[in-house]
Formats: sequence, structure tokens, C-alpha cells
Amino acid sequence: MNPYELTIAEATKQLAAGSLSSRELTQSCLERIEAVDIKVKAFLVVNAEQALLQADEADKILACGEAKPLCGIPLSLKDLLCTKGVVTTCGSRMLENFIPPYDATVVEKLKGQGAVLLGKVAMDEFAMGSTSESCAFRVPENPWKLGFVSGGSSGGSAASVAALECPASLGSDTGGSIRQPASLCGIVGMKPTYGLVSRYGLVAFASSLDQIGPLTRDVTDCALMMNAISGYDAKDSTSVRQETPDFTASIIEGVQGMRVGVPREYFGEGLDPEVKAVVTHGIEVLRDAGAEIVEVSLPRTDYCVAVYYLIATAEASSNLARYDGVSYGFRDQEVHSLMEMYKETRSHGFGAEVKRRILIGTYALSAGYYDAYYKKASQVRTLILNDFNRAFEQCDVLISPVVPTPAWKIGEKADNPLAMYLSDVLTISANLAGIPGISVPGGFSRDGLPIGIQLQGAHFREDSLFKVAYNLERGLKLLPQRPGIT
Amino acid sequence: MKFETVIGLEIHAQLKTESKIFCGCSTKFGAPPNSHTCPVCLGLPGSLPVLNKKVVEFAIKMGLATGSDINRINQFARKNYFYPDLPKGYQTSQFDLPIVEHGEVEIEVDGKKRVIGITRMHMEEDAGKLIHDDREPVSYVDLNRTGTPLLEIVSEPDIRSPEEAAAYLRKIHAILRYLDICDGNMQEGSFRCDANISLRPVGQEKLGTRTELKNMNSFRNVQSALEYEVRRQRDILMEGGTIVQETLLWNPDRNCTESMRSKDDAHDYRYFPCPDLVPVRIDDAWIEEIRATLPELPEARKLRFIQEYELPEHDASLLTNSRELADYFETAAKACNQPKKVSNWMMTELMRELKGEELSTCKVGAEQLGSLVNMVETGTISGKIAKTVFLEMMASGKGPETVVEEQNLGQVSNESELLTIVRRIIADNPGQVTDFKGGKTKLMSYFVGQLMQKTKGQANPALANKLFTQELAG
Ligand SMILES: [Zn+2]
Repeated sequence: MNPYELTIAEATKQLAAGSLSSRELTQSCLERIEAVDIKVKAFLVVNAEQALLQADEADKILACGEAKPLCGIPLSLKDLLCTKGVVTTCGSRMLENFIPPYDATVVEKLKGQGAVLLGKVAMDEFAMGSTSESCAFRVPENPWKLGFVSGGSSGGSAASVAALECPASLGSDTGGSIRQPASLCGIVGMKPTYGLVSRYGLVAFASSLDQIGPLTRDVTDCALMMNAISGYDAKDSTSVRQETPDFTASIIEGVQGMRVGVPREYFGEGLDPEVKAVVTHGIEVLRDAGAEIVEVSLPRTDYCVAVYYLIATAEASSNLARYDGVSYGFRDQEVHSLMEMYKETRSHGFGAEVKRRILIGTYALSAGYYDAYYKKASQVRTLILNDFNRAFEQCDVLISPVVPTPAWKIGEKADNPLAMYLSDVLTISANLAGIPGISVPGGFSRDGLPIGIQLQGAHFREDSLFKVAYNLERGLKLLPQRPGIT
Repeated sequence: MKFETVIGLEIHAQLKTESKIFCGCSTKFGAPPNSHTCPVCLGLPGSLPVLNKKVVEFAIKMGLATGSDINRINQFARKNYFYPDLPKGYQTSQFDLPIVEHGEVEIEVDGKKRVIGITRMHMEEDAGKLIHDDREPVSYVDLNRTGTPLLEIVSEPDIRSPEEAAAYLRKIHAILRYLDICDGNMQEGSFRCDANISLRPVGQEKLGTRTELKNMNSFRNVQSALEYEVRRQRDILMEGGTIVQETLLWNPDRNCTESMRSKDDAHDYRYFPCPDLVPVRIDDAWIEEIRATLPELPEARKLRFIQEYELPEHDASLLTNSRELADYFETAAKACNQPKKVSNWMMTELMRELKGEELSTCKVGAEQLGSLVNMVETGTISGKIAKTVFLEMMASGKGPETVVEEQNLGQVSNESELLTIVRRIIADNPGQVTDFKGGKTKLMSYFVGQLMQKTKGQANPALANKLFTQELAG
């Protein structure tokens, strides 16, 4: 087996035993990137030299026997996590040359663990999209079937992990941006509880919805990554001050006594029969493992898309106001006045989808519309949270599809934003409610495209998600499957 | 037709915290451009604000000092607009849930006391500064001031004259200074004021169309600008015209207000709750903790001055207007144990010689003034000489003892020295002596005057009286 095929848990064992060095592992990943990224197009920047230096550093620490869990493990980062001295574009012309003078808190934490940072991966511009097609630089492709979308907005993260370019990546999830690409690429992706992982250094799309999370090849690795990035951060006022548990403690067999809820609204119209079959099979696997299956209802599910696209765009319209051409980022030089500079800079620096969302958000916050749109949406958001709270009185986790369909062809929905927005219906409610969600590989379509299963839990009950996810993974016996790309 | 003036003031007070409201950068004034900045106050992508607890504490202090309600849950909101001195494209402020509401202060104008309501106070961040090049059509942005905490204090439209506006402004200024939460420097912009002003016929309930006045960077400017605007609006209304709702800038050089040329009058700031900051929660224990640290405020200090130092209300009122003045008074009074004399000195000589300058620039320290008063009381110098000594102290910063010694201004209290002169005066004025002895006792002041002339005013007046009485009785 090539080192690049190893999961974090496998690699860590070999690194600790000395049978593999971080340099060998990193070198192997870099070679894999060299070989396949021309087709997968996940990476925007590969910092080979720096990565090898970090690997050598990690090898020294490993030799001392004082290594932290992620020491020497090569990772990729979604290009909206600020990296000191390394360009951070957010997939936008606007920040094409932006070099942050600081590291995001999660990046600091990974560096503190001795992880090796291979480079930055593609994404939808400012995380706005479901296919990564709005990336201004390159559009990642699905490693299972080139020409198909890898999902979005963390499409580069998912593609890089699925294509075996690195064992794990960090992405961000505002309305499904980790879980959806994880599902479409056949890997594990978690959106943690809002406030569990610091957002400091995550370039904001919608501050009350954004959350950083890992994309990995299996559930155990996901727990390892969560251990590394979780925790209170004084630099993020919305991060929650509490002890972080050891998530790997939940990686145990058996779900006896656990109640798995099936929200009936998630199995309605528009759900692809193949997706439905995969999820139904997953439910049976959990039942066989000893879980109690209960039917629950989330009656406000129909409102989620509308509420989400008002709140997310309203916050985005304000969060993206700072890209004005004044002190950093792109500036249109062919102008003669301040007002013209603003207009031209923002007209040319942003892509169509970003501008569309800024316009929607600006409208939703405008005098005379605020009460009907932003305020009403905020009120319904509370009702959606109430739905979840009631559901979690009846069950420990919710099981559902992640995306109504498997991956589609690049370009297929690019001209139909509404169809794209509607495909987010199953993931956005977790962001609105602030609860954790995880996407676990569930099976494949007849066309060989991966289909994921989503589990959602109550606030800060990642432990329940990991336990059920791990048992689902064991029961489905899908591992290890590799895309054929070479 | 008679008009009633209606004025409301919006005051922006920079809070004297060590660090900015949402980051750890220093708030010190006068550093090289953009040296007091970090990713947070530069508004760099991915940076997040963290509220400085001291700012909340200062806002609570001001709320308590004005008898206001402190909102146990209050929230920051974003005020969205584009300007180069605003790096995030929005100002983090408070909107529908401010920290302080429903307060009041009492003012006094021409002996008449009135209560002015305070609608609200809210915390917000200051913007940066634009520096325009003198020659090239280029502007530079200095973000040192960005993120400096501000407390915006909004009054009710309760103010009825420019004098009242000035009195209200001074009162708020005094309270901020007493609390030591704002340095109150209007020139440097740490205490700024905008005014809304309108006129309405006396007896009418409905408010007239208002104008907003800006750029008034001294107490005097505020009053002058409002006086000008009252006249301007009244003239328009008297001629049957209508007031245009607009923002006007006070031009202190030309002594008039000028239209800002209404740039987008109905600005839509699209306020919404800031999702990066959780609501501010204030519990009763914290409020009580802060209440316990409140210093004596102007009103209480005034009453104490009347009781403890037996000052007339007028004196006590003037002296407690500013914390500096009141502190100065107390120090001087303690140094000489002559509070009323110190008060007189301060309100006449000291005020006159300060010529409108800040007390902090005064070269005569409070203890030195106390010593000077003491020297008069003990007869070391006469009251008249003391004024000469004071002028020299103001000019040189020397202590009164030094000035008296250097210029040999001490009173002559040597009895035998004075007796020689007294005898010579009696010998030189036989006619007056005869008249005096014949009953014209008023001539005593003539004799003393002669003595003062001969001693250049340095003779101890009490001793002089005694000696003449003694010699003329013979
Ligand atoms: Zn700063």
C-alpha cells in the first residue's frame, strides 16, 4: 500500500513505530497530487517545500516520542482559512493576492499538533455555492467520475481527500458545505455544533451559520481531527466556553439503547430513489446493530430554504462590505472618483453568484423590508430550532439523506441558482439550528457515484454522532473503496 | 409671532480605556499613522471582534451617574455604509438594544433649574481618519483611531435655548470627567457634539423641521452655532419660508453655518444585530460593584462645599462645574484653611489670568495658591502685594515665598524701623496732627497712606495703625 492511501489512524501508528517517516508520507502525498491533481483540480496552491520542512520538523518530534496525535500528518485547507504568509483567496479575484498576516485559530492548532500543511484547496467563491463552480480559479472534479461536480462549497477539500491526495482536509459549512461535498465524494464530513470550533481566521460568509469542520476518509479520522480543532477561543466571542471531550472515546461498537429518529419530511418529493434506498439500508444496518428506530417530524422543514437564503445573504452583504478596494485585495484602477472606485472594484472583483447574494441580502435588510424578510426569517429560525429540540426529546440522532441526488455533471445546474439552492434543503437546517451533522458514506449509485447518509444530533452531542456514524460505517462494510483515478 | 427653540444634542465621548473596544490595540493619541492597528481593527478577512469589558463598565458608570436604566441585555448592531475610514464597511454600534436608557441631568441657567432627559446611551467604535494631501489629489487613511470606544449620549429634545445647550454640554462633560472615563478634549475630538435644532410657534405641540449642526469643536462654538441657527431659522419662518431638513457645518472663521450639500439625505444604514458578538449580559451584582466605585459627583460635591467650607451656593456651583477646578479648590483650601478666600482668588484672579486656558496648563499649583492666601492672612504680605506676587507666580511658576524673597516684597513688621518713619511723618505734618488731635480721626488713613508711600506698600497695616495711634496720643 502506498503511504498516501493511509488513513490518519493508520499513518499515526506507522509514524510512531518508526516504520514510516512524515517526510515519506508527505512526499507520497505530493507525488499523488502531482499525478492526479491535473484531473481533480483540487489544489489552488501546493506548498511542497514548506510542507517537507514541516515534515522534517515533525520527524524530529516523532523521534523524541513526544508527538501529538496529528504530528506529521499531511493535510489540505479550504482556501478561506487564513494562513500566515500564504495567499488566501476565498476562491475570489477579490482576494487573489491577499496574504494574511496571521493564522486562523484552527491553523494554529494544527501547526501546534505538528501537522503538515500541503496547500490550499478550491472552493466556491466566498463559500457561496454547492458545486465549487463559482471558484474564480479552477473547478474541482469528482474523483469518482471526472466531469461531475465534487460538491461545494468545500469541493476542493472533499476532492483532495477522496482522490487520496491527503488523508484529511478542513472545510467550512454554512449550509451544508462540508457534508454535501463529503456525500458526493464518498468521504466523511462533519459540521460541528456552532461555537465548538473557533471561527477566528475563517473568512466569513454568514457569521451566525459558518462553522469549520473536518473532511476525512473514515469516522475515526474525523474524531481525531475534531479533537485537534475543537475548543474555546478567546478570540471568537461566539465560541463556547466548555471542556472538549475526547471524541475518539465514542468510536466504540454497539448502539444498543440508542434511538435513531427518521424525520419524515426529509424523505419527501424530489428524493432520488437510489439515494432513498441507500439511506433505508443504513437504517436497517443500525436497527440490526441494536438501535431503536423512531419516526419523528420536523414540521418547519419547508421553510428552511427561504429562511436560510435570507439570513445567510443578509449577513453576507455586510460581511463582504469590507472588500472595497481601499486597503487590501483587488482594486479597479480605471476610476476617477471614490464612488466609482467602489462600484468598479466590486463589480469586477466579485463573481455573479456572490453579487447575486449581496443584492438579495442588501434587499432583505433594507428599510421597509427588514421586518418582512430578515426579522421574520430570524423568528422562523427560532421555530426551526424548537422543532429540533422536540425531535431530540424522542431520539438521540436523526438519520436522513445529505443531498437529494448523487453528483451531477459540471455545468448542469450552473445556470439555475434556484435549483441549486433547493438541493441544499436537507443540510441547511442544521446550520440554522446550530446543531452538529455528519455525512457518512452510505453506498453508490448504479453509475458508481457515492451517496452519503446524514446524521444530525443535539447541540454538543458530537459523541452520539460519532458512535452511530462509526457503527453505520462498520455495518455497511464499504471500506476500503478507492476511486479508480490514477 | 413668537417661536420656541427645540434642541437635542448627540454627544460622542471617547472612553478612556487603555485598549480599543474590540481588540487589544492601544488607544493612545498621536502615534505614527497605522501603528496602533491589528487584523481586527484593520477589518482583515477572518478577524473577529471581542468586546472590551472596560467599555461596558464605563458605560454603566455613566448610566448610573445620570440616574438611567441599565439594560441587563443589550446588543451590538452593524451600521452599514461605505467610507474609506471604515475598514469593515460597517460600524459596530448599538441600535434597538442600547446599554443605557431613560436618564436625566439637571442644569441651571440664570438661576433657573431645568431637567434635561437623556434618551439613550450606546457603545460603538470610532472610525479612522482621512488625511488629504495638500498638493496632489490623494488621500491617505490612518486607522489608529479605528476601534476607539465611543459612548454616544443622545438627549431628549428638552433643551430650549443655546445657553441651555451649553449648560447641558458642560454638565455631561463634568460628569464624564468626574467619572474619569473621558478626557473631554473637544479640540482633539475626544468629546464631540452634534445638535438637532428646530423652531415652532409658542404653544404648538408639533415639532418644526429640524436641521442638524456639526463641526462645533468647543463649548463656545456650540453656543454660537446654535444662536446663529436660531436667528437663521427665525428669519426664514418670519418671512413665511420653510426650513430645509439638512446637515449644516459650523464655520468658526466666518461665524455662520454652511450647508453640507445633502449627500444622500435618507441614508439607509441597514442595521441588524451583529452576529459576531453575543448579547451583552449585565447582572445586578456587577452593577452594584460598579455603583460602589462611583466617585462623588458634581451635585453632591456642590452640597458638600456649601456645608463643609461654608461657601455661598454660587461659589460652590462654579467650583464644582469641573472636577479639576473642584480638586484645585480643595487642595488650596486645605493648604491655608481659608476656603472662602481661596474661592475668591480662584474666581477672580485665577480665572482672569487663565484667559480661557485649561486649568491643567496653569503654572500656579493649588498648594502654592494656598500658601499665598496664607501669607496674606499671617501678615507676611499685604493683599495688594499678593496680587503682584500672583502675577509673577503665573509667569514664572515660582512659589510665593520665592517671589516675595527675590523681590523683597515682604511686609515691614519691624517695629523700631517703622517707628522712626512714623515719627518723621508726624514731625513733617504739624497741621494734620493738630486737626487729628482736634477730632478729625479720619486723618488716620492719611498718615497710614504716607507710611505706605514711604515703604512702597510694604508696611504692615495693622502695625502702622497701632504705631500712629500710640504716637499721636502723646
Ligand atoms: Zn487592533
